[in-house]
Amino acid sequence: MGLDIRLPIGLLFSVIGLLLVAFGAFSDREIYQRSLGLNVNLAWGVVLLVFGAIMLILGKRPSAIRPDAGSFAGDAGRTEGER
Amino acid sequence: MGLTSIDWIIMAVYSVFVLGIGVALKRYMKTSTDFFLAGRSIPAWVCGLAFISANLGAQEVIGMGASGAKYGIATSHFYWIGAIPAMVFVGIFMMPFYYGSRARSVPEYLRLRFDEKTRGLNAISFATMTVFSSGISVYAMAKLMQTLHIFDAPLRSMGLPLSAGFHISIIISAIVVLVYILLGGLVSAIYNEVLQFFLIVAGFLPLVLLGLKDVGGWSGIKQQLPTAYTHSWRGMSNPHTNLLGVEWFGLVMGLGFVSSFGYWCTDFLVVQRAMAAESMSAARRTPLIAAFPKMVFPFLVVLPGLIAVSLPAQRPGLLPSAHGIGAMQGETAAAGRGLIPPKINETTGLPMLDTNGKPLLDYDLAVPDMLVHYLPTGLLGLGITALLASFMSGMAGNVTAFNTVWTYDIYQAYIHKGATDQHYLWVGRMATVFGIALSVAAAYAATRFNNIMDFLQLVFAFVNAPLFATFLLGMFWKRTTGHAAFGGLLSGTVAAAVHHGLTLPVGAVTGIKGGWLATVHTYPSEMAQNFWTAIWAWSVCMVVTIVVSLVTQPRKEEELVGLVYSLTMRTSEGNLPWYQRPEALGVAVLVLALILNIIFW
Repeated sequence: MGLDIRLPIGLLFSVIGLLLVAFGAFSDREIYQRSLGLNVNLAWGVVLLVFGAIMLILGKRPSAIRPDAGSFAGDAGRTEGER
Repeated sequence: MGLTSIDWIIMAVYSVFVLGIGVALKRYMKTSTDFFLAGRSIPAWVCGLAFISANLGAQEVIGMGASGAKYGIATSHFYWIGAIPAMVFVGIFMMPFYYGSRARSVPEYLRLRFDEKTRGLNAISFATMTVFSSGISVYAMAKLMQTLHIFDAPLRSMGLPLSAGFHISIIISAIVVLVYILLGGLVSAIYNEVLQFFLIVAGFLPLVLLGLKDVGGWSGIKQQLPTAYTHSWRGMSNPHTNLLGVEWFGLVMGLGFVSSFGYWCTDFLVVQRAMAAESMSAARRTPLIAAFPKMVFPFLVVLPGLIAVSLPAQRPGLLPSAHGIGAMQGETAAAGRGLIPPKINETTGLPMLDTNGKPLLDYDLAVPDMLVHYLPTGLLGLGITALLASFMSGMAGNVTAFNTVWTYDIYQAYIHKGATDQHYLWVGRMATVFGIALSVAAAYAATRFNNIMDFLQLVFAFVNAPLFATFLLGMFWKRTTGHAAFGGLLSGTVAAAVHHGLTLPVGAVTGIKGGWLATVHTYPSEMAQNFWTAIWAWSVCMVVTIVVSLVTQPRKEEELVGLVYSLTMRTSEGNLPWYQRPEALGVAVLVLALILNIIFW
């Protein structure tokens, strides 16, 4: 299918990562009582941002030629069923 | 609950992406094959992740956490023996027939292999089942959103009654799912399942890590809980020495063989994901690739339940209550266990008691309570987004399976043969609208008639139990005939019902739990009863199918090429590097699963 799934995944996680990093950087320390005093928004935001970036890079790269792909290509539009 | 703008923004960003994927895919939906089978063009790893996500609805996330709290690490049996061997089997042995026969659905395979009536039976029961499962999933989501008080603050500010939150959850999720399936068909569903997979990991991994840090790691959990909670096999020799209340034979045969193979190898909901793969080899690798994350999923979904019961009974006041009975927290905390609150009767507001006068625990709140307990606003939004994503993709998975079976196996087969492809594409879109409308109706029916839902799920279990015997014989014994398959399925279902009617789990009341014919046997637990119902159904179906096959006329061998093991050429994957060969992957999966079982023995 024309859209490489890694692009939307990469984009979504980059956006969420950025949001969490930004929020984590400016948020009140008070709210981290729940998470054992750790600023998990900032830390996890960075992790998600890195993951998102990797996905974007992989998705942008021209895809390697797969040896087995396309053995059933040309299948589209086939409508059997009445055998 | 304390959601702030950042949480809402994250949920909104997710919704925009989900719909955006649908919009981006719209231009590729030209034929019915694109819509129902994703044009058979999806890479193996994408199909693999969709394969497990389709099964990982939020009911599963909530349910596995609840079982983790109730039964401990033995819950992983639902993964390690209740999924992995079946996933390896379907990838290596069955996919060549599903994919190779070019059937467009599981019922269609039955039509090619057996006959019209076997297909009809399977198609109609499957279509009904998906609609109701989707409805039950929608209902569970709306209920959870209400329990977590997600919509309370915005509703209050708009001056609407709090009960509107239930309807809002149902309507919004139904519309989102409807739009993205209409636009992008199965591809949309698969892409969103992959998205959901990563969201579940992103939302639950920090929760597990924080929880483990808090309780002092796995060794901390071991210190806090009785040994039965931290061993998956010890005590399995006798149903009374393990928390599941089953013995190893019932577990291995009932769960590990009959139920698990019946689900993973024959349920079109998951098989459809592999059928969408771009090649035979990708289709065969789909369940095997799925097996790797599936194996470690207990750490994400079962462990939160274990952590929830390992924690000291709640420090009142500190815990932001997920169930909104903050005022009662102080007095009822003692009756709860760890983070698990007692079950509250909705009308009286008092804790519910079992027959011995002990309070019942609301294990389903284990995961939601963990989220609220550990995740600050921000990550909390991500956690709830992950839950929402799994609810919606659970619904989408059912709906895409439904529209395919409806269009190809019911509409094209019995209502309108020989129309144009564009017509069937249109019917598929209409079936999507219709399927979602039915799911919503089923969700509302569930609010009124909870017993009907329990009853339906029971009937579906009876219908599903014998299925694997039919497929096993059909694929590996060329003598199996259509009359035999049909008769076997019916008698297997009847056997399941009769077994259920004659047995009862200990302490249960005659009725929906069993014993409605007479009680000739009492099982130590409901789980044991379920496993044995499956074993009986499977065995009866197996025997009846074999016997009837022997007395009926088999089909000509040349008609069965590509449908039966002994008459089909082995697919050669010699040109692939070893790590892409299904057999190598299968062995790796089984070895790793064995290691996990030994570690958590």
